[in-house]
Amino acid sequence: MTPLSIRHLNVFYGERPALVDISWELPRGLTAIIGPNGAGKSTLLKAALGLIPCEGEVRLFGTSLDEARARVGYLPQRASVDWDFPASALDVVAMARTPRTRWWGALPRREREAARAALDEVGMAALADRPIGQLSGGQQQRVFLARCLAQEADLLLMDEPLAAVDAATEREIIRVLQALVAAGKSVVAVHHDLASVPHVFEHALMLNGRVVAAGTVAEVFTPAMIVTTYGPSLAEAEAAD
Amino acid sequence: MIAHNTLVVLLGCAALGVAAGAVGCFALLRGRALLADAMGHAALPGVVGAALIGAWFGTDPRALPPLLIGGAIAGALGLWAVQALAATGRIRQDAAIGVVLASFYALGVVGLSVVQAMPAGAQAGLSHFILGQAATMRTEDAWAAGLLAMFCVVATVALFPRFRALCFDAEFAALQGLNIRVTDAALMGLILLVCIAGLPAVGLVLVVALLVLPAATARLLNQRLPGMLAASCAIGGVSGVLGALISAGHEGWPTGAAVVLVGTAFFVAALLVRRA
Repeated sequence: MTPLSIRHLNVFYGERPALVDISWELPRGLTAIIGPNGAGKSTLLKAALGLIPCEGEVRLFGTSLDEARARVGYLPQRASVDWDFPASALDVVAMARTPRTRWWGALPRREREAARAALDEVGMAALADRPIGQLSGGQQQRVFLARCLAQEADLLLMDEPLAAVDAATEREIIRVLQALVAAGKSVVAVHHDLASVPHVFEHALMLNGRVVAAGTVAEVFTPAMIVTTYGPSLAEAEAAD
Repeated sequence: MIAHNTLVVLLGCAALGVAAGAVGCFALLRGRALLADAMGHAALPGVVGAALIGAWFGTDPRALPPLLIGGAIAGALGLWAVQALAATGRIRQDAAIGVVLASFYALGVVGLSVVQAMPAGAQAGLSHFILGQAATMRTEDAWAAGLLAMFCVVATVALFPRFRALCFDAEFAALQGLNIRVTDAALMGLILLVCIAGLPAVGLVLVVALLVLPAATARLLNQRLPGMLAASCAIGGVSGVLGALISAGHEGWPTGAAVVLVGTAFFVAALLVRRA
């Protein structure tokens, strides 16, 4: 059963259409969603997760979000939360385990240990007890990734997991994403750095308010397609890099 | 030996401080402090309206419950008005808060002058709702405050995982299956409850400080939420006790203002301690 299938999806912000008639099936493996600013990349993830109102059909593992909730993980943009929140790195990751307690009481020890293991997977075990406000940007991103891992999902939707992180963190995150795929999970990530797309991802969805192209990176990540997606000026700028 | 009346005020203020400390933590983390201020001010026309209705039926003008129920209804109406205005997308929430806070309060002030022109003592003590007067607190009021404190502490502890998830990352919590609307409504309900309960003692002008000061102080001293919550309750309770003691020792000092000043002193001290 395909993990994510979207049919005739429309999203409006007020009167303005943000996404128009999106139909797309997420392939197995590591997929990048790419497109210019305002193309609706984050919007597509949020609509798929039922976080914003939309028209059309979203099926997760062939069923509805409510049925599939436990199998879906999400990594939002780092800037979407207040990092001055009174919590340790472990506290944040442990929140991914809260639904297992049905939202009552303290988290059992085994759930906290699972959260600690997720921190260990991203190389953050030593900083588990550090307040999140005292972490660097890259470390905060790793905490978010650990929280996503701690959901133990089969489908992971990530909003710019590689945005504004140092080179070491980027390598670490890519390693984790590839390990997830090797373990049979489906991972889709909004991605900005066009240069790294062929090295990291197997599939790409090129988006600009509508689906420009979707397929393997070799098929669709071509100069012509990039021009169609971004317009000529950015494609030239990228080519000059 | 503390006089019985002082003891009542003292315990009542302590309980109020604990309740506000507990709820204030999440009010602060959810960014609802200004909204709480608006609800406190919006309560005034409700209090005045309840007094008018009471005068019409000839009930005891000093009975608190009807006045507070009136205040709660108006406060909830004010909250709804802010959210309805902001939801239109035509003005921002801070502007909506300003509009609602000022207009409801002005309506209450006009209503107050209408009531004061009436005979039969219908206005007895109504103006105390603006700046508060804990000295008139009766034994049953202190009991009510104690029950409220217990309820707020139990509610915040029971709902702790939900409130924390809501305040840190509401979208992630929604994806995990938490009902954000219901959880947010529960938090707003608790904030409204504390605001309304604090009106007679602290007054609508200062009641927001009861929510904000202990929580903000506790945040400076704690890096994790459970510690912050406990510290906030403690600081709120101690501020209540000290404020009541200070005002009892100084003829004519309003208790609410004394409680808020003690809370401010704690806050400044925490700022200085945490500067390094």
